[in-house]
Order: sequence, then C-alpha cells, then structure tokens
Amino acid sequence: MLYPRRRAVNPPERRAEEKMPTLWFLLVALMLVAYVVLDGFDLGIGAIYKLVATSRDERALVRRTIGPVWDANEVWLLAAGGTLYFAFPQLYASSFSGFYLPLMLVLWLLIGRALGLELRGHFGDDLIGDACDTIFMISSLLLTVILGAALGNVVRGVPLDADGYFFLPLWTNFRPGRDPGVLDWYTVLCGVVALVALGTHGAHYLALRTTGEVNVRARRIGHLGTRLLPLLTFASLVATLIVRPSVSDNFRDHPAGLLLPAAVAASLVAMELAARRGREQRAFLASGAYLICMLGGAAFALYPVLLPSSDDPTRSLTLTTSATGSYALRVALAWWLVALALVVGTFLHLYRTFRGKLTAATGEGYH
Amino acid sequence: MDSALVVHRLHFAFTATFHYLFPQLTMGLAPLIVICKLLAIRHPERGYAEAARLLGRLFAINFVFGVVTGVPMEFQFGTNWARFSRFAGGVIGQTLAMEGMFAFFLESTFLGLFLFGERRLSPRAHLLSAVAVFLGSWLSGYFIVATDAWMQHPVGYTAAADGSVQLVSLSALLLNRWAFWQYLHTMGGAAVTGAFAVAGLGAYYLLRAKPDDDQRISAALLRTGVLAAAIASLWQLFPSGDRQGQLVTENQPATLAAMEGLFVTQPNAPLVLIGQPNTDEGRIDNTVEVPSVLSVLSYRHWNAEVKGLDAFPADERPDNIGLLYYSYHLMVGLGTIFVALMGLALLWLVRGRLTQSRPLLWALVLAVPLPYIANTAGWITAEIGRQPWLVYGLMRTAAGTSHRVSAGNGLFSLIGFMGLYVLLAIAFVLLMTRTIVRGPAEVSEHALPPPASGEPAGAES
Repeated sequence: MLYPRRRAVNPPERRAEEKMPTLWFLLVALMLVAYVVLDGFDLGIGAIYKLVATSRDERALVRRTIGPVWDANEVWLLAAGGTLYFAFPQLYASSFSGFYLPLMLVLWLLIGRALGLELRGHFGDDLIGDACDTIFMISSLLLTVILGAALGNVVRGVPLDADGYFFLPLWTNFRPGRDPGVLDWYTVLCGVVALVALGTHGAHYLALRTTGEVNVRARRIGHLGTRLLPLLTFASLVATLIVRPSVSDNFRDHPAGLLLPAAVAASLVAMELAARRGREQRAFLASGAYLICMLGGAAFALYPVLLPSSDDPTRSLTLTTSATGSYALRVALAWWLVALALVVGTFLHLYRTFRGKLTAATGEGYH
Repeated sequence: MDSALVVHRLHFAFTATFHYLFPQLTMGLAPLIVICKLLAIRHPERGYAEAARLLGRLFAINFVFGVVTGVPMEFQFGTNWARFSRFAGGVIGQTLAMEGMFAFFLESTFLGLFLFGERRLSPRAHLLSAVAVFLGSWLSGYFIVATDAWMQHPVGYTAAADGSVQLVSLSALLLNRWAFWQYLHTMGGAAVTGAFAVAGLGAYYLLRAKPDDDQRISAALLRTGVLAAAIASLWQLFPSGDRQGQLVTENQPATLAAMEGLFVTQPNAPLVLIGQPNTDEGRIDNTVEVPSVLSVLSYRHWNAEVKGLDAFPADERPDNIGLLYYSYHLMVGLGTIFVALMGLALLWLVRGRLTQSRPLLWALVLAVPLPYIANTAGWITAEIGRQPWLVYGLMRTAAGTSHRVSAGNGLFSLIGFMGLYVLLAIAFVLLMTRTIVRGPAEVSEHALPPPASGEPAGAES
C-alpha cells in the first residue's frame, strides 16, 4: 500500500494543523520522561544491585525499597507506548518493526527482570534466590544500556525507505554512517551514558530510602557516578554534533532552547554539591532534573521530526506525516487528562504509603 | 501462504494464547477475593478472611505472569503487524492507550497496596484496594475486548486519503454492540476459570484433611467457588454465549458455517454434536447431529435456511475450517459439561452433603484445568473465525504483517519466546503447587477463633 506524503500547505494553515500533533508530541515526551525518571531509579538500582548490597539481608532491603512501586513505574512505558500508538500510528509501525531485534531483547529482559524480582520470595530457597538476583541485575543493567542506545538510534536516524519503513540489524560495522546497525560506537556511547546516569539516579534514591551499610555504599556509588556524568555528558554532546550536525539547528533558530543544556549543567553542579554534603533528597532531585533536561534537550533538537532518516532528510517521519486524524487527537485529550489526574493521585498515594527510610532489621514483609 | 506470514501469525497466536492463561484467572479470582473479604466482615469466624488471604497469594503469583506475558502483546502490534498498525492504529490505539492509562495504573498501584499493605492499611482501605484491583483488571479486559471487537466488527471509522482508517466516533468504538456481548462472554469465561479454581482448591483441602483438622477455610473456598461456578457456567451458555452466537450469525455468516461444519446451504439445518469435518469432500464424517436445531439457534425458526460454506467464494471463507470447527465444539461441549457438574455440586452443597462426597470433590479438583481449555478454544474460535480478515471486511491478514521483518528474524524471536515460556510455565507450576500444598495453615497467622457451639467444623451453611 502506498502512503502518499501530505502536500505542503501554507504556513498559517500549517501551524493550525500542527497544533494538536505538537501537543501530543509533548504529552508522549512527558510520559517517556516520567518513565525514565521513575522506572529509571529502579532500573538503576538493579544495575548496581550486587555492588551496593553484598549480603542476602542487604539485598532484601534493597528490594523492599522498590518492591511496591517498580511495577507501577514500568506502566509509564506501556502507557506511553499506547499513547504513541494511537497518536502517531505510522511512527509506531515503522519504528517497532524497524527496531524488531532490539525490541525483542527488551521484551525478554523486561520479563527476566520482573520474574527475578517478583518470584524469588515465593521460591523460599536461597540458591534460587541468588540466581534470581543475578537475573534481575543483568537484565536491569542491559535494559539501561539498550534504552540509551535506542535514544541514540533515534537521534542518529535510520535508513527509512520510500514507504517510511526500515529494518536494522543489531550491528554491522559499528559505524554510524551508511548501512548502520542498532549498535555502533555512537549508540553504544549513549548506552553507557544511560547506564551511568540511571545507576547514579538509582543510587541516590537508594541512599534516600535506606540506612546502614547499604546507605553508605549507595552514597559512595552515587557520588562516583555524579563525578563521571559531566565527562560522559560532554562526550555524548560532542559525539552527537559529529554524528548529526543538524541537531543544533533548532537551538540556533530558537536560542531560548539553550536553557535546556544550561539546566543540564546546573543539575550536574547541584548533584555534585548535594552528594558532597550528603544531602540525599537533593541529590536524587538533581539527578531527576538531569534526566528530564537531557531528554527535553533531545526532544527539542528533534522537533518536528520524530524519526530522522539517516540518508534522505525528505523521508524523515515528522509530526504531521505521522499523526492520526484531528478528531481522534481532540477526543483523546479529554479522557487522557482525566486519566492523568487519576494517575498522579494514585502515585502520590502509593509513594506516601511506602515512604521513609528502611533498615535491614525492620520487616514489613516484602520477601 | 508465504512463510513470513505464517511466522507472524504463529508469533502472535503463541504469545497471546500463553498470555491469556493468566489474565483469565486474574479476572476470575479478583471478584471472588472481594466477595470473600466482604463475607469475612459478616462472618468473621468462618474462615473467609484466611481464604481471601490464600487466594491473594495465588493471585499475586498469577498476576506477575500475566503482566510479564502481556507486555509483548502491545509491542507485537508494531513489531510483527506494522502495516496493520499504520492502517488501524489511529482507531484501536485509542482503546489500547486507554487500557494503559486507566486500567494498568489502577491495577498495578493498588496491587502494591493490596499485597504489601494489609498491615499498613485499615481493613476498609485494604478492602478498597482489593476492589480497585478487581475494577482495574475488569476495565483492562473491556479495553482489550473493545479492541478485538473493532477488528471483528469495525465501527466509528472513516477511510482517510492516505489509505488508513481514522476514528470519527469514540462512543461508537467504545459502545460497539459486538464489544458488549463479547465482553460479557469473555468475563463470564474468566469467572468460570476463577470459580473452578477456588472450588477445586477447597475440594483438594477437604480431600486431604485429617478427621480432626479445622476445615473452615476449605469449606469457605468450596462454598464460594461452587456457587460462583454454577452461576458463571450457566451465564456462559445463556444469555452471553447465545447472544455472541447471534452476532456471528448476523455479521459473519461464513464463520458460522465453518464453526458449525455446515458445508451446504439448507433449511432445517442440523446441529452437529460430534463428527470430523472432511474439508476435501465438503462433509462431516461420523456425524451425531440433531435435525433443525442450528436453524432454531440461528434464526429462532425450525425451517429457516442457514447458509453453508458453499454460499461463499473460497477466498472469503475462514482458512482453517478444521481448527475453527474443533475449537468451537470443544468450547461448547465443555461449557455444557460445566453446567452439569456445577449444577450437581450446587445441589449437593445445598443439601449439605458436598463435603462428604469424595467422588464429587475429586471431580471438582480434576475439573480445574478444563475452563482454561474452554477459554482458549473460545478465543481460537473468535480469531480463526475472523479469517481471512484481520479487520473484518477491511483488511486481509496477509496485508497486515511487518513486511520488512523477514521470516528468519521472526522465527528467531518466536523460538526465543517458546524457550522462555517453557521456563515460565515450569516456574508457574512449581510456585503455584508450592503455595497450594502449604495451604491454609500458612495464611492463618492468628489462629481462627473456635467454631461457635453447635456448628461442627467444616459444616455447610
């Protein structure tokens, strides 16, 4: 089936036509940011799990900090996916089939992670429990890397065909130029940044929720990550400008956008100061702000492109070519806002119920 | 069929079939847990609170498997069915997004409170969190069924210039007549699975109990399960099953013909009870049939003419008539057996003799897997029955796959899922068995108060 590109329209008309898709672009971006900030800390805790907790008791403590909330956090991914699906069906179809292989890996890792975390207590066996711990840690760690690499792929662009589809192998020659794979030096760098950023985010959260040895180690890992991040952030910025010079266009046209990279730098400074002075809550909030501004910067640089073509800019999937009809976008706004209010309410309630510091001895029986 | 199409169809069929083993118990158990908790307020000494806690444990294990096997379903719309998603995503994405926003959040946030909060929350708040989990899971079911119902019976859309379909009426999508009956039938099926599991669990504990054991928890499970199973089983035959059949008759006549194994258009069409469809020769072999009953069931008239497969061109008939015929007959056959078994059990329960009837208790234990088969057969009937259409009358299945994902790459993940799900199945059986075998003793932290005088342990109400 052929999907002819919509004809170019006059600027004023186009602005009206882009309003709804732009709004939904922002809402989907908001949900993805919520996912990265919320599920990010439990993914990050998973990635540093055995470093931060060496004994079985300590690991049980770590699990109790995320046990009641991780599943709700992960739902942001599914809700964002569903929202992306109905608002930008063409983008969903093209990117999910094009990133087929890495997404299958993501699915298996999500399954492994959930089972490793949720089932270990039901087995009631230390050996199986240790195996579950390893599965949980490895799948969390790989997920952070793949999430980072995925963002790297979107920024770098993919070889879209005339119908707007593509298929990427997992790797080819590890170079981002012609004939790219999911993994190349640039996307792997993005993966490493994500691993360190989320590991640090998780460590700050863990420090906030624990006492004793785990707290000390979480602070130490959090501080180490905080020191690594400026370097990695700078490296990824330079690499992005090399791989895709056009990312600076939007910043040149709308200099106000430069506030975002400035905020990234500010959050890094705040994180360092907070970590140095042992201000746990501030460090966690700063790493949250860092993630929000990094993702916000990426979204700002891409707009109005959703998925850039790596070799022919006219083939890039944009807001207007990917969005569904305006009725669907308008009517969805009504129920979406209601749902969001409910979601925020239940999240506040959930986090209020399970708040405060936990110690290895206190046993609200989370396995 | 080219092999990529086969791989993508198998991919979805396998992961969906495996997935639905879990939500049917989730949705079936959730209301029963709420009922047990409510009964526990009224009759604190009858073991309902402990029964609810035990069911909650099984529910938690089952829920995890439902969640982890459910995530791949949403992904596969894009990964394996990209052209379908581009075509219909603007419509069905709406209900899928609603599921994510309303139902998943409700379920997962309150599940955390329900499972970990019994000591932190007041009894009333804990009951409310159980109710929220119940509503969340049933709401989730509605959005999924509404999505499938649109594929069975598309409404509320318009064809756009780019070849896709776009939503013109959200209320038409949500209030699709097909969705209404399909939902009631699907939820009834889930209730059957949940109720059979609860009844079977109670029966198992009674069978293994020693004479002086406290049997109140077992009896509470048995009572709740048998009563719910009897109601739900009847509901599945009439009205929900009957009305679902009416919709198929009206809107998918070729599907009806294939389900019933009717090869030739005829008045006084018979209802085939047993027999093998011989698709080469166009007839049913070794038939046991009741004359005219299909005409009555379809059109409420003895000599109404029912269209056979010969009335439809070959490329508009379901492409797997054998599987469709068997899955439909298996579902209806099992449904009939359920009504008979639970009717009998209910009679014995009312007469106060069920707890002593070992053969009947054994039958209840052995019947636990059967609703799973019936539910699976039901979904195969619905989905194979829709073929060769992906969206009935609008898009053929062959046109909806991800054409850039080759058969080889599809097979890679299909084999991966098969391996992973075998491990999952083993872990599930191990964990459920372990929790069930440990049984009620573990959940009654505070020993039950002694039974009121004059009421023997394990007595029926």
